[in-house]
Amino acid sequence: MQISLKINGKTHSHDVEPRISLAQYLRETLSLTGTHIGCDTSGCGACTVHVDGAATKACTLLAVQVDGCEIKTIEGMANGNEMHPIQEAFKENHGLQCGFCTPGMVMTAADILKNNPNPTEEEIRHGLEGNFCRCTGYHNIVKSIQHAAETLNS
Amino acid sequence: MIPAKFDYIKASSVSEAIGLLDKHGDEAKLLSGGHSLIPAMKLRLSRPEILIDISGISGMNSITEDGNEIVIGANCTHAAICNSDLINSDLNILAQTAKCIGDIQVRNRGTIGGSLAHADPAADYPAVVLACDANIVVEGKNGSRTIAATDFFLGIFTTSIAEDEIITTIRFPKVANGNYQKFFQSASRFAVVGVAVVKEGSGVKVGVTGVAGTPYRATAVENAYSGNSDAASHAIEGVEDELMSDHFADTTYRAHLAKVYVKKALEA
Repeated sequence: MQISLKINGKTHSHDVEPRISLAQYLRETLSLTGTHIGCDTSGCGACTVHVDGAATKACTLLAVQVDGCEIKTIEGMANGNEMHPIQEAFKENHGLQCGFCTPGMVMTAADILKNNPNPTEEEIRHGLEGNFCRCTGYHNIVKSIQHAAETLNS
Repeated sequence: MIPAKFDYIKASSVSEAIGLLDKHGDEAKLLSGGHSLIPAMKLRLSRPEILIDISGISGMNSITEDGNEIVIGANCTHAAICNSDLINSDLNILAQTAKCIGDIQVRNRGTIGGSLAHADPAADYPAVVLACDANIVVEGKNGSRTIAATDFFLGIFTTSIAEDEIITTIRFPKVANGNYQKFFQSASRFAVVGVAVVKEGSGVKVGVTGVAGTPYRATAVENAYSGNSDAASHAIEGVEDELMSDHFADTTYRAHLAKVYVKKALEA
């Protein structure tokens, strides 16, 4: 089935099988491997991308469902060589250990901060309910998001 | 994990979706948010030949006021329900419930119509539609009909929607005094036990999910209610033989939780 969608500002058109997930399409057809597939059952959030501005688990979405949508992946966060303030905050605050969950954490953090620019620690922790870090580095992830909020609001 | 092969059709109107359902029968499945169906298809628990995507049908994602009712389009996401001013002010119990479904990403995609049609025995909305006496409006080849929430759920993953029918809207009466209390399954965020209470005058309506295979109105609690939470001891009356049991909670623990959460909801 022919689909056409805008990913990180660039239009892509491909003929895809209906059963291919958005996560697979991004990784295997477009080689955008920043979007990770962890549990593949919408539990872990490693595959989180933005669909029309809203954080979404790309493993539980068929590529054909998002025909015509605007997608943003982790690759679309930085501005050239300049990291997005959320990425910068993760780097500065040791918000990652192995890094597997990080793309999903950053994309979810962006959704949290878009809807709530000054979240409390509790609101951040609740906001991350759909993202697992199996290094259990949650403390620094929360700290990173708090610092990112400060930068974005300054 | 990749689902078995299927054909995908994007319906542009309710009548087109009904026509496709009528034509393909039980080979077809409706797809809206897909957050229950797609995982089931990946695990090959569900193998539809045809997916009919109804998410693009215009007019199915509105939230409006109609006299003393709030009318919610079946394609409204949980996030849209959380963020609706109308629902937050006149049907707060539903906003409160939607906020505790899954996580941000799930709430951004999952829909109220999809959740009700899927009828997961641990879903949150069933308790609330029961306690609020909501009506579920479905449309099929023979026209439209309204199903009372109390007649809607027939069992685990089973509802009274016919094969050619599609949920179009859910009609809720405005509710001034209601609340939803939930014991979370900590990984999946589903309800191990969920209790919705609506207070009207000196009476109370109690909907319970997660406890029995079919969500139910705790009529024994409603009948025993006399203004305090003592009636919570009747929480599982009538469903003693249908209690669910899994590795999160066996029947004894579930029965205990049901009483505790009915008490919490009555006292809230």
